[in-house]
Amino acid sequence: MDEEKPDTPEPRSIEQIRKDRNRVLGLGLAAFVVLVFFISIAKMG
Amino acid sequence: MYGHATMTTSITPPNPASARRPAEWRDLIALTKPRVMSLVIFTGLCGLIAAPVRIHPVLAFTAILCIAIGAGGAAALNQWWEADLDAGMKRTAKRPLPQGRLDRTTARDFALVLCSGSVFLMGFAIGWLPAAILAVSIVYYSVIYTIWLKPRTPQNIVIGGGAGAFPPLIGWVAATGEITLMPVVLFAIIFMWTPPHFWALALFVKSDYAKVGIPMMPVVAGEKATRRQILIYSALLLPLTMTPWWIGGTGLVYGVSAFVLSALFLALSVRVGLRTRGEEDTMKPEKQLFAYSVIYLFALFAALVLDRFIVI
Repeated sequence: MDEEKPDTPEPRSIEQIRKDRNRVLGLGLAAFVVLVFFISIAKMG
Repeated sequence: MYGHATMTTSITPPNPASARRPAEWRDLIALTKPRVMSLVIFTGLCGLIAAPVRIHPVLAFTAILCIAIGAGGAAALNQWWEADLDAGMKRTAKRPLPQGRLDRTTARDFALVLCSGSVFLMGFAIGWLPAAILAVSIVYYSVIYTIWLKPRTPQNIVIGGGAGAFPPLIGWVAATGEITLMPVVLFAIIFMWTPPHFWALALFVKSDYAKVGIPMMPVVAGEKATRRQILIYSALLLPLTMTPWWIGGTGLVYGVSAFVLSALFLALSVRVGLRTRGEEDTMKPEKQLFAYSVIYLFALFAALVLDRFIVI
């Protein structure tokens, strides 16, 4: 479909999309771990 | 008829282009309707701050995060279900699902993870009462409103408006652990605000709703009836917003602010309620009422929070 519209911007490669998504997922999981740590501290206090 | 329009959403074959490409994280974020979420976060935060009990900042942050994630999940479920309807409306046609940038299964799974994750995190970190209310609000929006009411009745907005009214109640209950009169009044204010807010929008995008068979009030009952309903709800909203002050839940800062803001809301509604649409009408009063209604809710809840810190 994109080949029919040469004036549209070059679509990002699947690898690039996956890489970005994994990076966001990794950051999200790391943030979740940090949040659970601080929740535990707050609830103990 | 409307039920059939919705049924078709579940049997549409997946877009072949989206089947090849993995979902962009930006499109997944767009599924959560971030702009709507900002109002949800704000009212939830106001409910939490206005509550008479102080809560640990980390737990307060977690409660608001859960409200935001739950709202995002419910919005994603809404878009998953209404993908075909969204494709038929100018306002929503550029969303990720109608454009084929995401496949339906990914959208549904993402939504379910957000919804269940937010409820369990709220339950374990804050308490099971706010978690239960959060779960009810998600089901209310995605099942009762999106799937059941919206395609079937012009009263969809009235009853469905309850879904958007939950955040201050959840915020308050997260702080105090109990349901009292004050958070119920905050719930009622948003409940009463929703119909004039949405019907003002529905008046100037009427053709969009008619095209996809959504029985919005202007489409089914006509413009005149919708304008009258806007007027009635706006008139009821004024005394309702004064109730927190009358019951002693807030001080003068909120009382005066609520009166001024609601009086202006009513004035704009009167202008919409009493006029008839002319030819080549740009619907300026309706657009102004819709824009003001968003500012109004932000300002009203900001006044509620300010009232906690400024004592006159």
